[in-house]
Amino acid sequence: MYLRIIFLGMITAWIVGAIASLVAGKGVIARGGAALGAGIGSAACLLLGVTALVTGQSLTFSLARILPVSGLMLRLDGLGSFFLVIIGLIGLAAAIYGFGYGANYEGRYSLRMAGAMLNLLLLALGLQVMADNALTFLIAWEVMSLSAYWLVLTEHDRAETVRAAVWYIAMTHAGFAALTSMFLLMAGGDLTASFEGMRSNAAALSGGLRNVIFVLALFGFGSKAGIVPLHVWLPMAHPVAPSHVSALMSGVVIKMGIYGLVRVTLDLLGGGPVWWGGVVLGVGALSALLGVLYALMEHDLKRLLAYHSVENIGIILIGIGAGLIFHSYGLTSLAALGFIGGLYHTLNHASFKGLLFLGAGSVLHGAHTRNMEEMGGLIKRMPVTALCFLIGAIAISGLPPLNGFASEWLVFQSLLGGFNIPKPEVAVMMPVAVGMLALTSGLAAACFVKAFGITFLAIPRSHEAEHASESPFSMRAGMAILAFACIALGLAPFLVVPALGRVLAGLGGLPDTHPAFTLELSLATPGGASRVSPALLAVGVLVILGLMPLALRALRANRRLRVSDSWGCGRIGQTPRMEYTATSFAEPLRRVFAELYRPTKELTIDFHPESKYFVQSIEYKSEITPWFEKYVYEPCLWFVRLLAVNVRHLQSGSLHLYLVYVAIALVVLLISARW
Amino acid sequence: MIPYLLEIGQALLALLLAPGLVGFIRMVKARLQGRRGAPLWQPYYDLHKLFGKEAVVSRNASWLFRFAPYLIFATTVAVTMLVPLVAAPLPLDAVGDLLTVVYLMLLGTFFLALAGLDPGTAFGGMGASRGMTVAAIAEPTIALAIFGLAVGAGSTNLGQIVAQTLSHPGAVINPGHLLGFAALFIVTLAETGRLPVDNPATHLELTMIHEAMTLEYSGRYLALVEWAAGLKLLVFFSLLANLFLPWGVATALTPGALAIAVIALIVKLALLGLAVALIETRIAKLRLFRVPELLGVSFVLALLSVTSSFLLR
Repeated sequence: MYLRIIFLGMITAWIVGAIASLVAGKGVIARGGAALGAGIGSAACLLLGVTALVTGQSLTFSLARILPVSGLMLRLDGLGSFFLVIIGLIGLAAAIYGFGYGANYEGRYSLRMAGAMLNLLLLALGLQVMADNALTFLIAWEVMSLSAYWLVLTEHDRAETVRAAVWYIAMTHAGFAALTSMFLLMAGGDLTASFEGMRSNAAALSGGLRNVIFVLALFGFGSKAGIVPLHVWLPMAHPVAPSHVSALMSGVVIKMGIYGLVRVTLDLLGGGPVWWGGVVLGVGALSALLGVLYALMEHDLKRLLAYHSVENIGIILIGIGAGLIFHSYGLTSLAALGFIGGLYHTLNHASFKGLLFLGAGSVLHGAHTRNMEEMGGLIKRMPVTALCFLIGAIAISGLPPLNGFASEWLVFQSLLGGFNIPKPEVAVMMPVAVGMLALTSGLAAACFVKAFGITFLAIPRSHEAEHASESPFSMRAGMAILAFACIALGLAPFLVVPALGRVLAGLGGLPDTHPAFTLELSLATPGGASRVSPALLAVGVLVILGLMPLALRALRANRRLRVSDSWGCGRIGQTPRMEYTATSFAEPLRRVFAELYRPTKELTIDFHPESKYFVQSIEYKSEITPWFEKYVYEPCLWFVRLLAVNVRHLQSGSLHLYLVYVAIALVVLLISARW
Repeated sequence: MIPYLLEIGQALLALLLAPGLVGFIRMVKARLQGRRGAPLWQPYYDLHKLFGKEAVVSRNASWLFRFAPYLIFATTVAVTMLVPLVAAPLPLDAVGDLLTVVYLMLLGTFFLALAGLDPGTAFGGMGASRGMTVAAIAEPTIALAIFGLAVGAGSTNLGQIVAQTLSHPGAVINPGHLLGFAALFIVTLAETGRLPVDNPATHLELTMIHEAMTLEYSGRYLALVEWAAGLKLLVFFSLLANLFLPWGVATALTPGALAIAVIALIVKLALLGLAVALIETRIAKLRLFRVPELLGVSFVLALLSVTSSFLLR
């Protein structure tokens, strides 16, 4: 009963928020209405998810009782509730943050549209994870994609934004087509068939058909999640959206791809042959590594974060792929460990990536640029933003004791179980994945030293950065919520992991593993093989930190401090031009991975006409080869254009010709129907 | 209660031994090069001197620059409580496993690199960039070496790995174990800033990695960073010594066993120190862009180690 009331409250809040925003149009009332609706709805969503997870209840809802439509079915189960928690958490932070952030848009862009679409997006997300048949799922999916499209288009007067939005809508619709055909195949043509029916039919489908369904699911959900090579839209679309929307898109919307993949492959199809897991694992490892490698070369703070979303989707898929592999060998507790690692990382990535995007938005708000080369020294001007961004950076680098460490640890542990696989050629995939995952996390740490160090530390590199100011309270509050979540989720895996074990119980025949994870402070893998306790670790480090000043006093250390110039090799006066830049920071790695990047260099030196010993100006350009855009998408675009040019011949504009077409089509139809 | 006191004792022992280990390597190196060199306890004098000096901080630096040495030192001390230096399994074994040890030290490197960038000097940025490059490329080898050890023990917890090797002494000579040792040894050289990756004895501009990051530190901050670097060296050496050759580690908490364990630890550290001193005398520093090749070799060794432990299981 409680669940039903919370659910109705959540839906109502979002709808009222959207309407309020449409009615008010502009000003503080519109922003407030949108933020209030989105915030209350998200809080209810979080509450609904947590309540359902804790009590283990499920909720069935037939929309036919309220709306005059048939064929829509909603049901909330464990997996859905877990994703509701993600939506609610990030939605809440984004809504609060959006109130302050939207002030920038006052008078420039349509707040009416942005507020309404934000609420609609949240509504679609909430219904998405509760959908209980294909039709509901597909409608929610399309509403989600379209509302996100409008949000991406908020700053519609920039060419970059329009281009990104076109890429986004094209990719998402390619995925949508794959998903529609997938559901048609799975339900035997009837889109209103319930998921329960599909679940029981799945075993009866032929092996080949199941494989086709899996490939369509991987393509459709993968294009939303941003797996390599379907990721190209992601680093374009996420940075141009308003920052709280970027947080929502990177934190939540792409996670719907993960939700769908788990729902279809594990729940509806009940797992599959080994190669399914192998493909997911391989795609995951490739996405993780390529995502972070491209992120390293970015100097646009928000694009850098978008590439890290590709990386983290990869890490999530490594966990899920390992889970699918173990599942196909019947190693159910190891399979559960893999899925738990993947899903935990989904929640963690949502919180730290949300936090980082909000932080980047705050920097954009304060310093008016996304180019890291023009930042620097912001830690002194924007202390709260800097601290929050630092927490996010440590978390995403997978460093203890924050949440990235906890979930990466679980993914590592599930891969370590690989030696239980009877076939050596499959088992050998696991250490390779371990190596790639470790390289990814090391490179992520390097990338975030760059992102934080160049943005927030040292001397400001531009006038804007020098005069940056801290963001308003609502923006800081939005960041603080997610920073707190990063810390709490990192310290308390012993609360999250058993809950995830219960979520997975029963999906695809997985056992209920939540008793295997004890509710003690230290987290153990099933059977108590490996143990770790981030909470005690954090306490230990804090105790040592607290004892150190006392120890220094006991050692009679000199406590005087003098502030002076940096050491400049005898040179007096330090300018920002002497600092390392983001480009130079990443240079060693660019050289190490030169085979991948294939950097092109262009050096133009302008000499004095009298003597070449006097250089007037030097221009240096260096770019890396965008493999996928160049070798995958350009041929595709070329082909589509060729097709379009040829189709144009049919379109003469003459009415008579069109009438002939209609007549021919009619005759062909009649003949084929007769046949 | 006694096991917990032992944890604290182990950390204090590590703190005490770390500067001596650095001094020992320097002394052996000097002798091998035909110099007399500084005495063994010179690093202790240096620390004492640095703690007595006032600290000078760049006006461009933020709170992070002043906080980083404390955090780096604290995480390294925390690591010494997780690693079985003299006894195994210790009560804090359940707090952190081998992955935790590695990632805690990476947290230290993360903050040291940020501290290198903070004063805004070119050297600091250079050190940070190179340090993180080396750390990132060394990471897969470490993970695979952990994997190799964990396949044998069925766990990544250090106490279990030590117990497993002690109960199956034959495992020491299997190829997986030996290859894993070689891989981790190369990584140790890279992670602790030794030749041929980094030269701890130079302040020559273009070759510095670790020294470049700490260039702006002085007084007590420098003392903490240097001490932590010595501790890190000691931790890596003890991992090499006690995970691959655990004999001498006390499994019972009797005074006799503990005394033997301390002596065994000192002997093992001295042997590894000797090996490093020999290497540093014999070979020259690699060019920075040749370092990935060296680390690639260690990665291949680690992969072979894991594959052979899979197949020979």
